[in-house]
Amino acid sequence: MWERIPQLIVYGLVSGSVITLGAVGLSLTYSILRFSNFAHGDLMTSGAYLGLGFLVLFSPLLPGRFGPLSFGPALIPAVLCAMAANAALAIGIDRLVYRHLRRAKAVLLLMASVGVAFVLRNLILFSAEADPLYFSHHIQRALRIGGVRVKADQLFILGVAVLAVLFLHVLLRYTKTGKAMRAMADNPELAQVSGINTERVVAWTWAVGAALAALGGILSGIENKLVTPELGWQTLLPLFAAVILGGIGSPYGAMLGGMTIGLAEEVSTAFISTAYKPAVAFGILVLMLLVRPQGLLGRR
Amino acid sequence: MDVLVGILNYLLFFSITAGVYAVLALGLNVQWGYTGLFNIGVAGFYAVGAYTSALVSGPPPGALDWRVFGGWGLPFPMGFAAAGVVAALVALLIGWITIRLKEDYLAIATIGIAEVLRLIIKNEAWLTNGVWGLKNIPSPWFQPVQSGVTAFLAARPQLPGWLVSLLKGAYSWVYLGLLAAVILALYFLVERALRSPWGRVLRAIREDEVAAAAQGKNVAAFKLQAFVLGSAIMGLAGSLYAHYARYLSVEKFEPLYGTFIVWVMLVAGGAGNNKGAILGAFLIWGLWAGTDFLTGYLPLSDVRASALRVVLIGVLLVGILLVRPRGILGEEKFVSRLFKG
Repeated sequence: MWERIPQLIVYGLVSGSVITLGAVGLSLTYSILRFSNFAHGDLMTSGAYLGLGFLVLFSPLLPGRFGPLSFGPALIPAVLCAMAANAALAIGIDRLVYRHLRRAKAVLLLMASVGVAFVLRNLILFSAEADPLYFSHHIQRALRIGGVRVKADQLFILGVAVLAVLFLHVLLRYTKTGKAMRAMADNPELAQVSGINTERVVAWTWAVGAALAALGGILSGIENKLVTPELGWQTLLPLFAAVILGGIGSPYGAMLGGMTIGLAEEVSTAFISTAYKPAVAFGILVLMLLVRPQGLLGRR
Repeated sequence: MDVLVGILNYLLFFSITAGVYAVLALGLNVQWGYTGLFNIGVAGFYAVGAYTSALVSGPPPGALDWRVFGGWGLPFPMGFAAAGVVAALVALLIGWITIRLKEDYLAIATIGIAEVLRLIIKNEAWLTNGVWGLKNIPSPWFQPVQSGVTAFLAARPQLPGWLVSLLKGAYSWVYLGLLAAVILALYFLVERALRSPWGRVLRAIREDEVAAAAQGKNVAAFKLQAFVLGSAIMGLAGSLYAHYARYLSVEKFEPLYGTFIVWVMLVAGGAGNNKGAILGAFLIWGLWAGTDFLTGYLPLSDVRASALRVVLIGVLLVGILLVRPRGILGEEKFVSRLFKG
C-alpha cells in the first residue's frame, strides 16, 4: 500500500497538470465574467478533439517522433491550431449566448452554461460518436528513477503545465491586456469608465481560457492515449475543487489547487477504490467550503 | 380498435413518466422558482428517494443478488414517506454546508453530491445491487387489481378482444390515479406554501437577499427550509418512479434524465409557477418523446440520434433563457387581498 505512493505521486502530478490547465482558465473566466462556467470541462473536450483532428491533418506532412516521446513534430502545429480554434469556438459561444446575458443575474449565466455544456458535449458525441479516439498507439518505455517509473511524456506534460501557468502570470502581470483583465476583475464599471474596452477584454478572457483548456484536453489525451466525449464532464468536479481550493482569480492558486487535487485523487487509490476518485475531489471541495471558502491563496 | 388501444396504452405510459417528472419539477420550483436556489443535482435526490423506497418496501435480497441489506417489504406508503425523509436529510447536510455561501457553491456542491451518490449506487453492491440493479420492486395494490381483473375477465368470456387487452392493462390506470392524486396534493401544498407568509419571504430572498435580511428575516434558515422541502419532493418522485418501473439501475439517474430535462421543463413551463412546472413536464417530455419518433426516420446510429435530441433540447433551454426567460406561463403576480378591494 505505502510502497505504491511514490509512483502514485507521479501520476498525481500528471493528472494535476491537466486539472491545472483547466482550472486556470475556469478561474480566469470566473473572476472576469463573474459566473461559474459549467461548460469549461466540455471546452477541454472540444479542444482535445480539435487537437486530434489537426494531428491527423499534420501527421503526413511532419512524420516522425521526438526521441523518447510518443509524438512528433506534427503535434506542435496541431496544438497551436487547436488552441486557436478552441478560442474561436469560445468567443463564438460568447457572442451567441453569454453576451446577451451580460446584464442578467449571474445565476442565469450559470444556467445558460449548463445548457451550453450539454449542447457542446452532445455535438461532440454527434460528430465523433461515443467510442474513444486514440492519440497514439505507441507503447512507451518508462524511465526508472529510483524505483519510480516515469514516462518521457509525463515529464513533458508537467513541463508544459508549469510553462502555461508562468505564461499566464506574465500575461496578467506585464501586458496591457493582462492589466485590463485584472482591472475588470476588480471592478468592471471602473474599468469601463477608465477607457478599457470591456468587450475586448471579455473576448481575450475566453480566448486564453479556451486555449488553455484545449491544451489541457490534448495533454490528457496524450497521457491516456485516448479521448472520449465524457472527458470534460469527468474533469468538471476536480476543476471546481481545484479552483475553490486554490482561491478564485489566482493562476498560482489554480496550479496549487490543481496539483493538490491531482495528487489527492491518485494517492487515495492506494487506500480506497479507484471508482471514488471524483468523490475525493468532492470531499476536499466540501472540506474547503467549510473551513476556508475563499481558498488557500484567495483574497478576502 | 387494437391500434387505438395501443395508442391509449402508450399515452398512459407517457403520462405516468411525465407525471413523475411533474413531481420533480414541482420540487425544483420550490428551490429555484420560489427561492432562486440553483440545484443541478436533482438526479441525486431523485435517486436517493427511489433507492430508499425500494429498500424499505421492496423484497429482501434474492439468491442471485449482491446486496445484503434492506428489502423489508413494508407497505408502499412507508417507503414513499421514507423516500422523502431520507432525501430531505441529504439536502439538510448539503444545504447546511453551502447555503450561506454564494449561489455558485450550492450549484457545485449539488452537482458533486449527485455524482458521489451515482458512484455509491454503482459501486456499493451490498446496498444497491450495483450495476445489476434492484429488481422486483412491488407496485402498490398490484395483486388485488390484477386478480380482480382476471376474475372479471374469466366471468365474461364473450368480451371483445380490444376490451380484454385494455382491461389487462388496468393497473396502469390505477397507478396513474395514484400519481395524479399525489401531484394534486403536492400542488395544493406548495401553492399554499407559496401564498403563505413563508412563501413571501422566499420570494423576497430571491429578489433581494440583502433587503430580506434587513427586514429581520433569517435568510439562511429560510433558504435551507426551501432547499430541504424541494429535495424531499424530489425524493417522493423517486419513490413514485421506483414502484412503477419496478426496476432501478444507475443509468436512470444520470445528469441528462435526472437533472437537465427537469430544468428544461421548469424553465419552459415558467419558473415560479406551479402550473407551469406541471405543464412544462408534460410538454417537454412530449417533445422529448416526439424527437425520439422523428430521429427514428433519420439514417443515424442510436448514439448520434440521442446526441442530436439532447442538442435540440439544450438549444431550446438556451433559447428560452435568451428570448423568453419567464417561460410559457411565467410567474403569477400576487396582489394582497386587501388591495384587491
